[in-house]
Amino acid sequence: MNGVNEVNGVKGKVRTGAMDNDRIDRIIDKYQGKPSSVIQLLMEIQHENHWLAREVLVKVSKRLEVPLSEVLHIVTFYKTFSLIPKGRHEIHVCTGTSCHARGGQRVLDRVQDLIGIKPGETSSDLKFSLEAGNCCSLGPEIVIDGKHHGRIEPDKVEDVLKDYH
Amino acid sequence: MPRINSATELQALRKGLLSKRDPNKPCVAVCAGTGCLGPGSDNVISAFEREVEKHALKGKVDMRATGCHGFCETGPNVVIYPEEICYTRVRVEDVPEIVSQTVIGKKVIDRLVYTDPHTGEKSVHQSEIPFYKKQMRHLIGNNSKIDPKSLDDYLALGGYSALSRALFEMSPEQVLEEIKKANLRGRGGGGFPAGLKWETARNAPGEKKYVIVNGHEGEPGAFMDRALFTGNPHSVLEGLIIGAYAIGAHEGFIYTRHDSAQLRNNIAIALAQAEQYGLLGENILGSGFNFNVEVHLDVGIFVSGESSALMRSIEGKAPEPRPKYIRTSVSGIWERPSNLNNVETWANVPQIISKGYAWYTRIGTEGSKGTKLISLSGNIVNTGVVEVPMGTTLREIVYDIGGGIPNGKKLKAVHFGGPMGGSIPASLLDTPLDFDALAKLGAPIGAGGMFVMDEDTNMVEVARFFLNFLTNESCGKCVPCREGIRQMLKILTQISEGKGREGDIELLEELCEVAGAASLCALGKTASGPVLSTLGYFREEYEANIREKKRPA
Repeated sequence: MNGVNEVNGVKGKVRTGAMDNDRIDRIIDKYQGKPSSVIQLLMEIQHENHWLAREVLVKVSKRLEVPLSEVLHIVTFYKTFSLIPKGRHEIHVCTGTSCHARGGQRVLDRVQDLIGIKPGETSSDLKFSLEAGNCCSLGPEIVIDGKHHGRIEPDKVEDVLKDYH
Repeated sequence: MPRINSATELQALRKGLLSKRDPNKPCVAVCAGTGCLGPGSDNVISAFEREVEKHALKGKVDMRATGCHGFCETGPNVVIYPEEICYTRVRVEDVPEIVSQTVIGKKVIDRLVYTDPHTGEKSVHQSEIPFYKKQMRHLIGNNSKIDPKSLDDYLALGGYSALSRALFEMSPEQVLEEIKKANLRGRGGGGFPAGLKWETARNAPGEKKYVIVNGHEGEPGAFMDRALFTGNPHSVLEGLIIGAYAIGAHEGFIYTRHDSAQLRNNIAIALAQAEQYGLLGENILGSGFNFNVEVHLDVGIFVSGESSALMRSIEGKAPEPRPKYIRTSVSGIWERPSNLNNVETWANVPQIISKGYAWYTRIGTEGSKGTKLISLSGNIVNTGVVEVPMGTTLREIVYDIGGGIPNGKKLKAVHFGGPMGGSIPASLLDTPLDFDALAKLGAPIGAGGMFVMDEDTNMVEVARFFLNFLTNESCGKCVPCREGIRQMLKILTQISEGKGREGDIELLEELCEVAGAASLCALGKTASGPVLSTLGYFREEYEANIREKKRPA
């Protein structure tokens, strides 16, 4: 069947963590099950659910008739996809050229000190996930759940983070 | 809004819009670009809305959340029309005063006006601020005059008249000829003549052809495309439709960033409105020309901005580049002719069609025509999006527009072209902004990210920073790129940690040569850019690092 394997004997209703079958089906239906929409569709699920469980990938693979190996190729290739659960709040610290020149690293250090995780990690209480990368024009900057906090100083970080629960 | 069915109806609609607009009606334009959102322009916008309500001015004062004005350094930026009074670093607390004093009282609030840090001179209007004075803002200048969510605003400024002209007064060949004569060169990195690319796609065999907007802008330190696309999406869309007409394409794709909700929304709204007005879809403006657009989003990897990788991504596959023995303009998406241009390139098209190639070629240098958007960042007083005529010297950009280097430091180098670009020393600052002149120096313009570095910068560290970025972004398909960059990074890291050895420089040069010759796509081919340019201009720094076992401070 198009190279799709049953994983862990999962059939029919799948376990998807926070996301139920209906919602996944709705997203797949929206793209009319077109194989070429696999990236868009996975991204939408990622945005809603913050991660992609294996069962979700199997389901997408089956419904779109795209081999699971190809789905895995895509989700491991793009950085946006996460195969492990992410925290409720996504913190993005800009370490691009401009922020690098303006002390972005010190901001990142401060964030790491405060929440105790490194870029790419999620805190054990699933409160925060931390990423570092390029995002802005006016650094140093941190972005939390899409909200920009620009011109930030290391000693202001604590104030910003305390608003997120 | 009914569909527009002819050129005459478009003109009538525009006339109607203008007659309803009172040029003397006050309007508060608040920048909602990314640079201004950081320091809180969204709160400033809500404060203005509350204040306008409080003074019972609803309907008497227009509010506009606009795209990026350019001067990110002084954000949040606010412009009060019709006087065009420009306020910088506006805070929520300032809003009541602005409404009562300036909007109602027509008085200028001195403390909110831009003050030149060098001369102490104040500038009330945008055009008087030194940052804007030397610019030629043909593409980005309309950002503060329109609401990106309003097609009417774009139409009122003459929008879509170029499309109407192309469809009704010109043949596709004439449009193509105009772009060729204008010598419009691609703004995405390579500087390849857009007209020639269009011609290749037009002449390539096959019924179905595609046109694509590359709005990926993945390189660190580049933020001008999103400023333009978010702030004035119709200017890009209009260019795309004109290009599709010239090439004979009926389907187009916009490939852009997933991580800016604002950008995504503004594009979606622009497409929906254009379709509603009959500027997109079947029988555009009643001309018989059909064209549809689909939006695809990058999901976070730099290499998907490379043309062949981008096209794979649109097909729903992992974005790995392919060798380009056959150009994508001949065989691209689903092996059909696919013409890809960058956001800024497309945005240049409407003005060339409206004003003609002769007007366009008067701007710029012999080989590089028109204006260029630059993202100015790094150790510079005025960070922001800059638009200058080609041929402007780097010195003018750094000192006259950029306001020089902060904290009394000296300029050391300027880096162009992002992670695969190059750095040139301060001694070459009189070089003009020109595709060929800069490429010759090893610092190609690229997409237009200009990164300024002061005297404290360690150039080995700069090269290491970019290669660290590239090693994470290499798709891994070809060995010279995947392994080559990794080995270069290893050596650079050792040198910058004070563990460099004799012979490291020669080994680096050899790796650069092999990766450059044998890699599949531009990422691997030009990954050596930062290393070669810093080795070329700052070799003694590498040598000193190795000799003295210098460690970073």
